[in-house]
Amino acid sequence: MSTPTTPLWEVFIRSRTGLAHKHVGSLHAADATLAVQAARDLYTRRGEGNSVWVVPSSAITASDPNDKGMMFDPADSKVYRHPTFYEVPDEVGHM
Amino acid sequence: MYAQSLNQQVEGTTAPEDAEAAARFQARVDAEERIEPNDWMPAAYRRTLVRQISQHAHSEIVGMLPEGNWITRAPSLRRKAALIAKVQDECGHGMYLYAAAETLGVTREQLVDELLAGKAKYSSIFNYPTLTWADIGAIGWLVDGAAIMNQIPLCRCSFGPYSRAMIRVCKEESFHQRQGYEIMLTLARGTAAQKVMAQDALNRWWWPCLMMFGPPDAQSQHSDASTRWKIKRFSNDALRQKFVDATVPQAHFLGLTLPDPALRFNEATSHWEFGEIDWTEFKQVLAGNGPCNRDRMAARRAAHTSGDWVREAAQAYAAKERARSAAAAGAA
Repeated sequence: MSTPTTPLWEVFIRSRTGLAHKHVGSLHAADATLAVQAARDLYTRRGEGNSVWVVPSSAITASDPNDKGMMFDPADSKVYRHPTFYEVPDEVGHM
Repeated sequence: MYAQSLNQQVEGTTAPEDAEAAARFQARVDAEERIEPNDWMPAAYRRTLVRQISQHAHSEIVGMLPEGNWITRAPSLRRKAALIAKVQDECGHGMYLYAAAETLGVTREQLVDELLAGKAKYSSIFNYPTLTWADIGAIGWLVDGAAIMNQIPLCRCSFGPYSRAMIRVCKEESFHQRQGYEIMLTLARGTAAQKVMAQDALNRWWWPCLMMFGPPDAQSQHSDASTRWKIKRFSNDALRQKFVDATVPQAHFLGLTLPDPALRFNEATSHWEFGEIDWTEFKQVLAGNGPCNRDRMAARRAAHTSGDWVREAAQAYAAKERARSAAAAGAA
């Protein structure tokens, strides 16, 4: 094939106004405009959303799965970051 | 949508130096954790998945052809709109699946080239012709029905991107089988000629559909690793039986008969027992000698070639726009 590889895009859809855009998948398109059109055809055939973001996959920096422990385990031991860690007498009511 | 158990043999074994990583990997799979693209995985697991997911994607794409044959001749606007939507879905499913395969380090271009070069396989079922409108009913009801049996367990496949694609596909798929059955029901309740047409379609599609589940367990040498890796959750024969049990009563409801004199209900096991499948035919179709193999590949190649200029123009335009905005940034 003489044509260069068509760039990969990650697609995010907002399912309803007020909700965040959520990653739904990826697709190939030559540029951003075509990526938005393809995302609309590919990921919203049944009213899945009312807004689309496309991001070049190459623009994403991801954490290394090998660093998962170092990155995320420290949060496991910090139970005091959760409201249930603290005792409030029933008489106080909802807090 | 059309997963098929074909050609899944696993190549090679894990190198000894990876033994520790392999054990960790297997422990994660055993714990029903999902494996993600950047995680360590045995090379054979990666190869098996690339082959299976890309075959699955190719099947979706080639699967548009037999149904596309009837879009212009659908008997009503309602049927036509539904058929177009279904064919669009199959295209979408192919796209989801290619994207899942690409997370394993292959490019879309490679996968498409392999199909067009005749190196990659796709489901044998699409090498049969759609001779009458009733075939569109039979495909939705039987082919999609068989595919759903295969695909529901794939939603729990150990590889995250494949499992997520299958969840999406299965959600969209449920209308396909119902629209097919509705077509069959309309014909079966129609004129004598329409009923004959429905019966004829069932007669032609029944056995090829049973073949979609792949060779009998006793002959399939490749299921072990796929099962251990939780890519495959049920054996070919188990899924085939499930399909037969679900489908026979649906055929009876239509007032149609199944083209199998050996078919009988076993009270003791509560299963429908069926006759011998002609595996010679299956092998012939897979080897490229089915009724439509050459047509299908010719149609795919023609579609790809006639789309060349579109891809080239889009790339050229994107390059020009990039150059323009670079120049504008330079001038500013």
